[in-house]
Amino acid sequence: MSSREREGGPAPALGSREFGRWIWRQLTSMRTALLLLLLLAIAAVPGSVVPQRGVDARAVEAYMTRNPTLSPWLDRFGFFDVYTSPWFSAIYLLLMVSLIGCILPRTRVYLKALRARPPKAPKRLERLPASATFTVDASPAEVASAARDVLRGPRFLPARVDVVEDGDSSEVRVEKGYLRELGNLVFHVSIVLVLIGVAGGALFGYRGAAIVTQGSGFANVLTQYDEFASGALFDPDDLPPFSLQLDEVQARFWTDGPQRGAPRLFRAAGTVETEPGADPQPFEIRVNQPLGVDGTSVFLVGQGYAPVLRVTDPEGNVVFDDAVPFLPQDGTYTSNGVVQVPDAEPQQLGFQGFFLPTAVVGEDEDASVSIFPGAVNPIIGLFAFEGDLGLDDGTPQSVFILDKTNLTQILDEDGENFRISLSPGQEAELPNGATIEFADLRLFARFQVASTPLVELPLVAISVGILGLVLSLVVRPRRTWVRSRRGSAGTVVEVAALDRVPRDDLPDDLDDLLERLADALGVPASVTRSEHEENDQS
Amino acid sequence: MSPETLAQVSNYAVASATVVIALAFLAHMAEWGFARKVDQPVEEEATVTVGAGAPAARQSTAAADDDAPSRPDLLSSVGVSLTGLGTVLLLVGFVVRGFAADRVPWGNMYEFGIGGAAFALVVYLVLVRVQAIQWLGGIVTGFALVVLGMAMSTYVPAGPLVPALHSYWLVIHVAAVMLAGAFFLVGAASSLLFLIRHRAEERGTVGGLLSRFPHSAVMDQIAYRTNAVAFPLWTFGALIAGSIWAHYAWGRYWGWDPKEVWAFITWVVYAGYLHARATRGWKGRRAAIIALVGFLTFLFSYYGVNLFGSGLHSYAT
Ligand code: HEM
Repeated sequence: MSSREREGGPAPALGSREFGRWIWRQLTSMRTALLLLLLLAIAAVPGSVVPQRGVDARAVEAYMTRNPTLSPWLDRFGFFDVYTSPWFSAIYLLLMVSLIGCILPRTRVYLKALRARPPKAPKRLERLPASATFTVDASPAEVASAARDVLRGPRFLPARVDVVEDGDSSEVRVEKGYLRELGNLVFHVSIVLVLIGVAGGALFGYRGAAIVTQGSGFANVLTQYDEFASGALFDPDDLPPFSLQLDEVQARFWTDGPQRGAPRLFRAAGTVETEPGADPQPFEIRVNQPLGVDGTSVFLVGQGYAPVLRVTDPEGNVVFDDAVPFLPQDGTYTSNGVVQVPDAEPQQLGFQGFFLPTAVVGEDEDASVSIFPGAVNPIIGLFAFEGDLGLDDGTPQSVFILDKTNLTQILDEDGENFRISLSPGQEAELPNGATIEFADLRLFARFQVASTPLVELPLVAISVGILGLVLSLVVRPRRTWVRSRRGSAGTVVEVAALDRVPRDDLPDDLDDLLERLADALGVPASVTRSEHEENDQS
Repeated sequence: MSPETLAQVSNYAVASATVVIALAFLAHMAEWGFARKVDQPVEEEATVTVGAGAPAARQSTAAADDDAPSRPDLLSSVGVSLTGLGTVLLLVGFVVRGFAADRVPWGNMYEFGIGGAAFALVVYLVLVRVQAIQWLGGIVTGFALVVLGMAMSTYVPAGPLVPALHSYWLVIHVAAVMLAGAFFLVGAASSLLFLIRHRAEERGTVGGLLSRFPHSAVMDQIAYRTNAVAFPLWTFGALIAGSIWAHYAWGRYWGWDPKEVWAFITWVVYAGYLHARATRGWKGRRAAIIALVGFLTFLFSYYGVNLFGSGLHSYAT
């Protein structure tokens, strides 16, 4: 049985055309497909061991600082961006080429086979994996019509039956299970469509994160995002011009029971204007329930506390009065934050410290900790700095980092770092005469605004693909022949069946077929089973 | 009954289920022990036939009376019925746990453990009735014990879910993943036994113990069937339902988070397995090895990633 693989053996000195065709046949062979699949699995592993920029950029930076010698090499070979790296992309693109190269010819063959009639019975039926012979009195024509009724199959899924009769012999040819190949092709095509959908979504889509404090608003423009990533073909002025006003943020936690302190409800609510001037409609966003605004969705992916701080500079004028988001670091919302006060005179002021929603004084006096995420006893603890915040030297400043290159820490009388510790309503005065007041406590919501165009394509494609896959795994293509010849002692009937996909219950199916044939011919079942011998399966 | 007592009932049920399944495991080990002690029994392919025409019975012919079931067979049926009892107890514990937490009982590692074990045992028992795979009893009960042991080590009192897990897509995602895992387990176990027995058949060293198992071709067929059932389930459960849930919870349906990566790797390896079964030179032995590798990747995506993966799935957030 010569198969494609053997013909494609080591090519003798071929011309470039034959060599090209040989390479193509190798690329689209089942063996190559299998090897590429296994290679794809292996290539995906590093992405789960080393942090990925696409997944968590901060974790990559932390990893780099932890192993400075290894990281540059990892970076050079794309280990921080495995899934967009050239070597990973090469594997799945090659797999797609092989897939398309494999599907097209098989589709052609399939379409031809759709019109083809069941093949002629092989000369020596008894050499087939399951065959039987018996003798009846009925004429070859009667046997043929009985066989046709038995083998026709259900009306919704009829098998293809041909009957050839001439004088004293007849042959019934039956083929069923066309849906298998169709299912297989549908499944493989769906993979290509999923890839196109995912790639399209990535190229044209964008994802941005923005922190919005209670009472303030957010306009969907590039500058208002803290983080923003978009596909190569994304054009910023395609951003849908909606804006939202965040009136309320709720973060409730279990106060009792085994899950004390675990999150119970996160909710953000307010009004949204789909475009400037449109009348605002109310919206509510919860975890798992995003807000959809013409193709873009706003997801609630985080929340935290934003103490409102009022700062007066040494000359007495209020230079800062706003809510400052402090980023939660753990389950009890111990949060870190920074306050930048560029308008203070004579020198700019900066504060850095922590916020504890339910502060409890630890053993040593100054290290208090937060024991519960709800704001039962909020405390803000800050260190103060003065000098130049370095905001206007052009480099983009993250609002969460205090650039201390030319800042000096403010000290108290005995030279220690000046420490501010305020609960709501309290005010502290710095040695240089500036004051800072913990005026109010608000919550902030961390929104993820994302749009993945074509998101329906991969979803629909993989769902249809699964149907095809199930068909290709369930439907079993099978050819059955019933040949009868008028002999001296009556009509000799030969029955045989061939499965293109090996199945072990072929012998039982044959016995069942013989019994149904006996009924159709009105003879006792023993007649059709008497000379039945079953070739060894294995 | 208050949630606390419900949780207590659930814990007792799970504990007693573990004991019963341990007994079932011992029964199967005893079955294998007795089968091994029998010297060279008759084998279907064994060259030496005992008397012309004598039916090549699978059981050892050394048993004194032929009609009474041999001791290994007795132990095997004891094992299966004990497994049945253990599974019922585990299901009771699992369902009552759900009532105690007032939600679907798969929200943390403990519940994944007892749920995963329950699904695996139910699927095994169904297949025992449909495909007579009680010869897998030893491996399945052993594996279930390991899973239950690990679940006990990650015990968490029954409590409500964090908001991110409030989604019916989560329910569908985890149910399909556990069901696929159950079939993957049966597929991997029969692939493993296929490899052992296939090698013994080629070397003609099929001893008393290996005669407890069907011909390697039968095991290979069962491995293919169960993996073929599991593959679409995994495609739907891990890739589709998981991504839909992720889309709603985190605003992107695929982000190469470590758990998603290993769900993908498991999917690709099992696609490779199904391919290997239809590729010349890879049928049989090599395909069975791929099935085992696939099962390891499934285990890693189910357990490994949570324990030291940092991704969104580590239930820290
Ligand atoms: C991402 C890439 C691929 C995936 C996920 C995949 C997946 C699968 C799966 C799950 C099956 C089993 C279903 C069945 O038996 O009908 C299968 C079968 C098959 N695949 Fe692929 N495949 C891929 C690429 C390819 C390529 C590149 C080729 C071309 C050589 C190919 C050719 C086939 C063939 C001929 C079968 C039918 C095997 C049989 O007769 O049972 N596949 N594929």
